[in-house]
Amino acid sequence: MTDDEVKIKSIYYRKKLLKYIKMANAGHTGGSLSCVDILNVLYNRILNVTPETFNDPGRDRYIQSKGHSVEALYVVLADRGFFPEEELETFYGYGSDYTGHPTRKVKGIEHNTGGLGHGLAFSVGVALAGQLDHAAYRVFTLLGDGELAEGSNWESLMAAAHYHLDNLCVIVDRNALQLTGKTEEMCGLEPLAQKLEAFGQEVRMVDGHNITALTEVLGMLPFTAGKPSVVIAKTIKGKGISFMENNPKWHHGVPNDRQYEQAQQELETRLAEIKS
Amino acid sequence: MSFTPGAEFGKANQEVVAGTLLTLARENKNVLVVTSDSRGSGKLMPYAAAVPDQLIEVGIAEQNLVGVAAGLASAGKTVYAVSPASFLTARALEQIKNDVCYSDQPVKLIGISAGVSYGALGSTHHAIHDIAVLRAINNITIIVPADNLETTEAIKAAAQMSHPVYIRFGKRPMPHLHPSGSPFEVGKALKIRDGRDIAFVATGETVYPALKAAEEMEQSGYSCRVISMHTIKPLDIEAVIRAAEECRAIVTVEEHRTAGGLGEACAAILMEANMQVPFKIVGIPDEYTMTGNQLEIFAHYGLTAPGLIRTAITLLEGNTG
Repeated sequence: MTDDEVKIKSIYYRKKLLKYIKMANAGHTGGSLSCVDILNVLYNRILNVTPETFNDPGRDRYIQSKGHSVEALYVVLADRGFFPEEELETFYGYGSDYTGHPTRKVKGIEHNTGGLGHGLAFSVGVALAGQLDHAAYRVFTLLGDGELAEGSNWESLMAAAHYHLDNLCVIVDRNALQLTGKTEEMCGLEPLAQKLEAFGQEVRMVDGHNITALTEVLGMLPFTAGKPSVVIAKTIKGKGISFMENNPKWHHGVPNDRQYEQAQQELETRLAEIKS
Repeated sequence: MSFTPGAEFGKANQEVVAGTLLTLARENKNVLVVTSDSRGSGKLMPYAAAVPDQLIEVGIAEQNLVGVAAGLASAGKTVYAVSPASFLTARALEQIKNDVCYSDQPVKLIGISAGVSYGALGSTHHAIHDIAVLRAINNITIIVPADNLETTEAIKAAAQMSHPVYIRFGKRPMPHLHPSGSPFEVGKALKIRDGRDIAFVATGETVYPALKAAEEMEQSGYSCRVISMHTIKPLDIEAVIRAAEECRAIVTVEEHRTAGGLGEACAAILMEANMQVPFKIVGIPDEYTMTGNQLEIFAHYGLTAPGLIRTAITLLEGNTG
């Protein structure tokens, strides 16, 4: 798949996740838009997992610690054939498996997440098992930046470094916003890269919306043998929709009809640009 | 040779667990013990020396302990997460709820030094909330073994369980309550002696004082039943109902707060079955726990033979008017 083809997928993923958020009248819009390019690159270029190999012990694992951005994960998994996309019409509904946070009831999802500060410890366990078994699989986990205030993450980072888990890749969706406002105004994270390095991680920064750059950095794993890899992906919350970008109001805002039409129109325009 | 329950003492359950885990680990390379600086308290030093590759240390980090254990279990490992019950079930409760139970990862959570085993170290180290909080969480079995046999069997049964389980016990050497080779089944209470006046429904380290109380009451002509309710969830409903049908009164006994524990679970069963029987819950009430060692705390709250006899006789005499 060419870079342009992957970029086009990102546009469709955005259109679809907005569609299902609009249908459900609920969802975590801003964070899904900020991480969807990362998921696109992971599932279309990096991860060694398909619906057919999902139960294979040797598959690569993806664990989404920032479970609230589940809409992005659902549309990517549907596109990769893990389940029929129509099932997403039940998103958020009574009796649906497609809840507002990921669960293993949905094919393709490795772990139930939603409470923050949980995915990394679980990922460390999976990576440790791989190391013990001399397995070739890799473990990827996506964390929100606001989530890093949860102390459990730092316990897990220490363990990842202690056990030299170079089969683990932690991706931080660094959109610099959380529910209430800017991460640096809630409980400042910076200097984040230095903190992570001090905890024994090998850190790379990347533009989290640049398909080429994401592909390159995630294709270089591990960055250093014997050390866990961390990618700080600089992103924009609400990316791709002008009026949603960098506005914490869209953390779980749902567009009204007019906003929805405008958002879809902006994405159509972007699509035409890439195709031309 | 005939067996007398409680006549001879065995080891501390903690030691029995460590020995059983070593046996399991030697049989199966996939058995792992994960500890949070708790291998000393858990008597796991010999285990660590014998099978160092099957022990994972995470340091004093219980949240990480449980999350890591869930991840290991998801990748096919048979994982025992061993940590003091107080920290395991309070500090890491959200990990137990989400990463183990909700995600249905078959982690075996092993709460050591449970109840008031840590005695005078104080309430930070007591686990007398654990049964209550875990009873309220879906998809976890809760086992509180009394003697060495129940403990060994529970640890072995856990290895075969495909869903989460919590097993908690203490530090003191425990008397043998069952002849060796006795059948043990998760969810099925064990009757240690039978009787028709009072039924002591006890769990864990309080089964022995209940047995002593029963023996002494028999001297005064009371007929006493003693049940080791080793599985709190799922509870052996039939054993509780039968006790209510066949005995004049029931005393439940637990090293736990009276709120949310074994006693309330039994009471709910009886109420819902529309069964009225004189009934008393003996445990640690809703107050700052008395200071002292484990046995002093037991004595203070009537969790010893004299206290249980007083409770039982009051209940029975009140009943007969």
